Amino acid sequence: MNAVTHTQTMTKRALHDPAWLKWGLIATALGFILLFLCLPLWIVISEAFAKGWTAYISALAQPDALAALRLTLLTAFITVPLNTVLGVCAAWAITRFEFKGKSLLTTLIDLPFSVSPVISGLIFVLMFGAQGWFGHWFSDHDIKIIFAVPGIVLATLFITFPFVARELIPLMQEMGSEEEEAALSLGASGWQMFFQITLPNIKWALLYGVLLCNARAMGEFGAVSVVSGHIRGLTNTLPLHVEVSYNEYDFVGAFASASILAGLAIVTLVLKSILEWRQGK
Amino acid sequence: MSIILSNITKNFGQFAALNNIDLEIPEGELVALLGPSGCGKTTLLRIIAGLEQADSGRVVLNGEDKTEQHVSHRGIGFVFQHYALFRHMTVFDNIAFGLRVKPKQHRPSEADIAKKVHALLNLVQLDWLHDRFPDQLSGGQRQRIALARALAVEPEVLLLDEPFGALDASVRKDLRQWLRNLHHELNVTSIFVTHDQEEAMEVASQVVVLNQGRIEQQGAPSDIYDHPANAFVSRFIGQTNIFAPDDHDAIWLHSSGLPIADKSGKTAHVRPHDIEVQKADDSAAAHAVLKDWQHLGALIRVELVKNAAQGEQATVYAEMPNEQFRRLDLQRGDKVNLRIRNAHWFH
Amino acid sequence: MRQSNIMPGFRPTLGFTIVYLCLIVLIPLSTLIFKSFELSAADFYKIITHDRVLASFRVSFSTAFAAASIASLFGFIIAWSFVRYSFPGKRFFDALIDLPFALPTAVAGIVLATIYQPNGLIGQWLMHSFGIQVAYKPLGIVVALIFISLPFVVRTVEPVLQEFDSSMEEAAASLGATRLQVFVKIIFPNIFPALLTGFALAFARGIGEYGSVIFIAGNLPYVSEIVPLMIVTKLEQYDIPGATAIALTMLVISFIMLLVINLLQLWVRKRSGQL
Repeated sequence: MNAVTHTQTMTKRALHDPAWLKWGLIATALGFILLFLCLPLWIVISEAFAKGWTAYISALAQPDALAALRLTLLTAFITVPLNTVLGVCAAWAITRFEFKGKSLLTTLIDLPFSVSPVISGLIFVLMFGAQGWFGHWFSDHDIKIIFAVPGIVLATLFITFPFVARELIPLMQEMGSEEEEAALSLGASGWQMFFQITLPNIKWALLYGVLLCNARAMGEFGAVSVVSGHIRGLTNTLPLHVEVSYNEYDFVGAFASASILAGLAIVTLVLKSILEWRQGK
Repeated sequence: MSIILSNITKNFGQFAALNNIDLEIPEGELVALLGPSGCGKTTLLRIIAGLEQADSGRVVLNGEDKTEQHVSHRGIGFVFQHYALFRHMTVFDNIAFGLRVKPKQHRPSEADIAKKVHALLNLVQLDWLHDRFPDQLSGGQRQRIALARALAVEPEVLLLDEPFGALDASVRKDLRQWLRNLHHELNVTSIFVTHDQEEAMEVASQVVVLNQGRIEQQGAPSDIYDHPANAFVSRFIGQTNIFAPDDHDAIWLHSSGLPIADKSGKTAHVRPHDIEVQKADDSAAAHAVLKDWQHLGALIRVELVKNAAQGEQATVYAEMPNEQFRRLDLQRGDKVNLRIRNAHWFH
Repeated sequence: MRQSNIMPGFRPTLGFTIVYLCLIVLIPLSTLIFKSFELSAADFYKIITHDRVLASFRVSFSTAFAAASIASLFGFIIAWSFVRYSFPGKRFFDALIDLPFALPTAVAGIVLATIYQPNGLIGQWLMHSFGIQVAYKPLGIVVALIFISLPFVVRTVEPVLQEFDSSMEEAAASLGATRLQVFVKIIFPNIFPALLTGFALAFARGIGEYGSVIFIAGNLPYVSEIVPLMIVTKLEQYDIPGATAIALTMLVISFIMLLVINLLQLWVRKRSGQL
């Protein structure tokens, strides 16, 4: 009898961490999160409001800050829809058909993730810059790509290229095509099948991908910084405006703009949690 | 609607899934495509549906060549193995789907659609579930909703892929009977795929036995059971004792009443109920020893070990009604004589 | 060719994907290679073996390695706490882990620089109590890269820990193993491939990271200058060949590293019989 109880406590001990270890680990984990994640968020807010509300508002109301915000929104407005359409097309082709080179294509779609942002900007400078391949042609026709909005859009397209596709591909793979086949066998056309069966089934993952794509499109710094030329009021996006203000020791201005971007990040995280919860259901 | 398949061949890479299939199915039949897994039966069903394209061969439905026609225009109803119910739609919307996606000029009014959907729900006896979502249904209910959905577009052929495969044993039994009755009622030409020979024999009016991409035999269940065309069918359908009459077994078989004059090189397939068991008087010359028995409901299956002196030692199964077994009054270890009433010979 | 699949839209979707991929990704990337052909091998070699460039490679690789290692350790503890224990606010903290993914790197950069500079909130304390300066030193780069690396580790380890079949633990315990033995012999070997993947992703990202690092790094040549900054500097001096050569080298190195790490993973999984 005694031996049995003894074995049971031994087994229990081998399955559960002792309380000191458990709370020690939780404390370490939370301490790390507080130090590395919560503190920075708090600093953004406190620095932005370091000189009070009025300074905050006037920093944001500067024409340069407003122009930067406008350019950031414009960039996201162009790149996110394009990359969403691409993501859906790529996921459809890859998960619904067999063809040669499919795994190569899947790998290539993820390629921009393993390229440094700076290099992502550089390649467009090499293509369209003054000494670039198409540089002369464009400058002869008075079209500016580099140090102008098109370059910023192109670099952002490159950077955010994989986001939607990589959310959809595993989901659609796992879902299989039985429901779509059922729709076709009931007489649905291709578009009817897509809008009434496929889209409702992938909508949460699609939104999730769009969300991440958008966050990156609005927040990208490295690549955009290389192609933008930092022309105030013209080619500065919000993250670039943060950099310029910071380097000019305009800390309130820098952190005020940063607080907008941090707000965007928090909204993204909240929506992301909601979407994850919906998908989990 | 009659179905004629000619010369259907399908390869997946190196693997030949279907090899020159020729098949004719008359109107109104309930046909089972029966075979072990990987025999190509589901592929054949999908080719008839237009969900898969054959590499070569033709699919003719009701005299019309539909080989090149897309699945959405073939006029077939397909019930998927895992039902493929649209999970974001209610039961009602699932069944209405096929009517709502019709081009405008052929689309019924919402009122007509509602009437039709409720009629179908009544047909499958699930009208009370119309506003549920697929996730809230049991397996058997999903199965019947999937069937109602396929019937909504009034298909000329109903195709079912392993319709009972994903169900519990007890639900399966009920649904088999139900499907048979439904077929009687609607009389739409139907084909279902199964790997379960009992299911095929019980439900179908015609059974097509497939193996390794070829049709082994086609016929009514009783034909296939009583007159198997070859060794594969004989082994696959029902229980069979197989004897390879070499020198020793020849004597044993002969004394059991099975003459083996010019049957060299062939094997004898004997159904358990074609073996009659008698108590042996002369225990030395007896054919076999009773090892054990099992109750199969109305029948008893007797496990016998062949008398080694007269041939190879092996287990032989025989079946007889309960009553008869009781009259024989046998114990384990008793010596018995056998009489083989009927056998099929195959290479 | 007869398309054996009845699903619609193969040609348009694949066509669009390939054209778009070529226009936005492949052709621009290929310019990097073609541009570097304009350099002679000797020039190329001279550029990338310049002392300052070599120093920047050393800085980038060593700081990324250190940061990925530290993030792996703490990331594992965080993932473990989230999966195995319940405590108040867990959901909130779990959602917060993705902050470095969502927060623009420039914001992270100025915030970390503000916190760790010698008169910053933590920088001050470290300076006075221990005499350690974080910002404008390689250590500052490590701090920024830890921030960037953390979600990579947590998000790769977490699902594997969740999926981990705890009946294996029960079996080991019933056979008489202690808690430590269960962890070392049962849990850790099963988690290790995921941890390695997380490390690899964090490392690869760390080498290329730019925005969050430049504000805190101080960017002192030979000391705290990272490779991406080297590229930007060359570009600002209109030294296009220099920028191209360094960029191509870095791209090739990071591809090779990813390949090596993938192979390593494959090996670990094969050895532990998961393949």
